[in-house]
Amino acid sequence: MTKEEWYSVLENRHGADLQQKFSSAYVAVCGLGGLGSNVALSLARAGVATLLLIDFDKVDISNLHRQQYAVSQLGMFKTESMKQTISAIAPYCNVITHMVKLTEDNLSLLSHCDVICECFDNAECKSMLVNGTVERYPDKYIISASGMSGLHTGNTIKTKKLGKRLYICGDGISDVSDDGTLFAPRVMLCAAHQANTVLRIIAGEFEV
Amino acid sequence: MVKINGEEVNAAGKTAAQYLTESGYDLKRVAVELNGDILPKSQYESTVLKDSDCVEIVSFVGGG
Repeated sequence: MTKEEWYSVLENRHGADLQQKFSSAYVAVCGLGGLGSNVALSLARAGVATLLLIDFDKVDISNLHRQQYAVSQLGMFKTESMKQTISAIAPYCNVITHMVKLTEDNLSLLSHCDVICECFDNAECKSMLVNGTVERYPDKYIISASGMSGLHTGNTIKTKKLGKRLYICGDGISDVSDDGTLFAPRVMLCAAHQANTVLRIIAGEFEV
Repeated sequence: MVKINGEEVNAAGKTAAQYLTESGYDLKRVAVELNGDILPKSQYESTVLKDSDCVEIVSFVGGG
């Protein structure tokens, strides 16, 4: 598959104007678990030009029930595994990786991207990233997620807008510490809300 | 009265930090919108809620 063939298909599907926007977008995916692995793949398939993938963890057998990794990738860093998978599906996506834990001290890693996806699992880390980036980068869009655990109905997963540039996807209440676990489809629903919101923002659609 | 998460609350005169703490929110897990803008965490202590303010509080839950 040549680059011309790939972009020709994307332009046919999305329209040249919209694809031009996707083809110049730079999106960060912070955390590559159940949310981030699905968000990253959706954005790569849509032809987003550059993805910045940030995670410090390695692929574990306990990830396979909901995260987009394979048995052959066990023990690899999630950043490298996801880069490998993206290159097998959308080889012309520019993937930049950082094997690091994001904290208040290294948020400058996000300075070049247009849109930031918060895909962590820990509630305090979610709040840290959202508040830290809103305050430091008021011009960037932030797509966060809260509440997608358990086997509850999928119909409560929604996208909510807070402030001018913060979007929060999920049901807002289902906490993995109460529900005990996460299931692939419900996490994917939330990730799909995040990825859909990213594409809408790139397209210039800012309402939920 | 201050409108907080859609309900009229008698919170005018309290700081955002006071209201959040008294209401049982964990300050390490929240994001707060005040009158359409995200309130920076560094301003929770200094921001005094006023009558007719509109506040939306999100308390993040774990899972991802």
